[in-house]
Amino acid sequence: MTMVTEKDINEQIAWAKINTDVLKSMENPRPAYWVTLAVCIAMVACAVLAEYIQYTVGMGTADLNNPHMWDMYIAAFVFWIGMSHSGTLLSAILHLIHADWRKPIYRFAEAMTTFSLLTAGIFPMIHLGRVWNLYWVLPYVSDRGIWPNFRSPLVWDAFAITTYLTASMLFLFVGMIPDLAICRDNTTGWRKKLYGILALGWVGSDRQWRHFRKIYLLMACFLIPLAVSVHSIVSADFAMSIMPGWHITSFPPYFVAGALYSGCAAIITLFVLLRYFFRFEDYMTLPIMEKTAKLTFAIAMVWTYLNLIEFASVWYGHDVYNKELLIAKATGAYAWIFWTMLFCGSVLPFALAFRKLRRHMPTMFVVSLFLNLGMFFERWMIVAPTLSMSHEPHQWDIMYGSIVEWAIVFGSFGWFGMLFLVFVKVFPSVSMYEVKEMVFHRKRSAGEEDLARMTDHAKPVTQTTGGGGA
Amino acid sequence: MSKKRMMGLFGDFEEAHDAIADIRRNEVPGLTVDDVTMTSPIEHPEVEEVLGDRPVHIQKFTLFGAIFGVVFGFIFLAAAQASFLVQPQGGKPVIALPSNIVLVYEMLIFFAVWLTFFSFIFLSGLLKKRSSLYSEKVSLDQVAIIVEIDESIGESVKGLFEKHKVLEIREEAIR
Repeated sequence: MTMVTEKDINEQIAWAKINTDVLKSMENPRPAYWVTLAVCIAMVACAVLAEYIQYTVGMGTADLNNPHMWDMYIAAFVFWIGMSHSGTLLSAILHLIHADWRKPIYRFAEAMTTFSLLTAGIFPMIHLGRVWNLYWVLPYVSDRGIWPNFRSPLVWDAFAITTYLTASMLFLFVGMIPDLAICRDNTTGWRKKLYGILALGWVGSDRQWRHFRKIYLLMACFLIPLAVSVHSIVSADFAMSIMPGWHITSFPPYFVAGALYSGCAAIITLFVLLRYFFRFEDYMTLPIMEKTAKLTFAIAMVWTYLNLIEFASVWYGHDVYNKELLIAKATGAYAWIFWTMLFCGSVLPFALAFRKLRRHMPTMFVVSLFLNLGMFFERWMIVAPTLSMSHEPHQWDIMYGSIVEWAIVFGSFGWFGMLFLVFVKVFPSVSMYEVKEMVFHRKRSAGEEDLARMTDHAKPVTQTTGGGGA
Repeated sequence: MSKKRMMGLFGDFEEAHDAIADIRRNEVPGLTVDDVTMTSPIEHPEVEEVLGDRPVHIQKFTLFGAIFGVVFGFIFLAAAQASFLVQPQGGKPVIALPSNIVLVYEMLIFFAVWLTFFSFIFLSGLLKKRSSLYSEKVSLDQVAIIVEIDESIGESVKGLFEKHKVLEIREEAIR
């Protein structure tokens, strides 16, 4: 019996329909789009108010005081950097291995990377308190003799994130050029002018396509090691110190796995939203959701393994500070966060193992939100317990963050959502030319398969058969 | 003799492929495959193959960018660190190689990516004014073959296009 596999996309879909559907999405989303955008703007307003209070009253309003010099802001920074990883990294890896099911979903995933990085970049500034002195981190010639400390992982962060942000934006932009030309040719007014400038005069000549193929490949090759290096460097912010719970060899892969995990979960969330907002049922199909969910499940298991290996090495390492901290995480004041993190990060992903659930959009939406809640708690569990229980017992203190801190972190989700929603309204969130390629190649290979099947049927009946034949 | 550009719009890649293959077989004397440009809504390496070997040099710029990133990155960092002399170093080296390796790695990628991008714009002929022969149908679902020819062979080229079920033919004079 032959097993019928469901198609990732209907290959009979007309190219004109692809253009029409995607271009329509930029004009005419469902009302839920506007409601979500309004909610995001309201969340940003909360954060702006909180930042205003912190700016005028002082950092005391954020409860950032010894020993909690790093707190919610740094946890949020790590969370957003992590969120940025799946978009570009997965897009680049799937491009290199010719997994064409990425084509309808990679654009918004790459946009997610860019906006996550822009959100993450805000937190070090907010955390500085004296935002106006931000330029002190730059290596400019200063008569005060103040220079950044190049041995510090915090400076490495600045270099790595700047490189990742620019490279990701270029990757996103280059991949969008043929689509911008389509938009230029099919719109009017300010949109036509905007797309005309951004399309850079693209006409789709063989010369342009050949160079396009090469640049896309080269950038994908660079982005993979870059993405891994960025989160390894973020982990170095912690691992280069001698604080208990941070000075751990497996931190870089742990951070990278965590980053991929939260990014994949966010892709699922946005997949469900965009599919609904823009009526993209023909492109963001159930089989593609299934593949994304399976990938998320696999990464969840890697993350779980790295957690266990970290616990095991702390336990058998017999370092008293590390061991006490691990016990405190599991049984102390932060225990409810610790166990919620493990439940959301390691147990809940098993829901993704069930086909019925993978194909139910509301369930996937809720599960993906909980996965990311788990990943936020993971970052919180990295930062807060170590500072609460460091080497000096007289400094021990429990900290859950102030209202100002929470409001700013809450607002960062609105900021990300607002940027993302504006992007998908102005630019095509599904890659039109790549979906056309996908449809074209699949249709052709389906035709070849049909031909091969017909040829097989036409063979003489005297031919030996595999079994059961006369 | 005056020259002109002629564009034929085709409904699918097969016909466009066959038309270029005919040109390659010299079916129209005076027209070679080097005079042909194809524009299409998607990339199509199989059709590009029939156009012959047309090299791409972006990777050379990428390599140059990567090397520049390493050299400039190290010099930039070392120069900044050398200014540290005014500050106490606590016995540590002024130019710290282990940390510089991390930063130089980032600079390598940074410059390689930017040089790749700029070379793409330059080498693929972007930022040029579009020809009046550009058809918006190419961004939808049609394939165009554009040839630069002498006026004298215009009819033969038209005949070749029509043999392959061309949908539309447009021409412009080359000044």
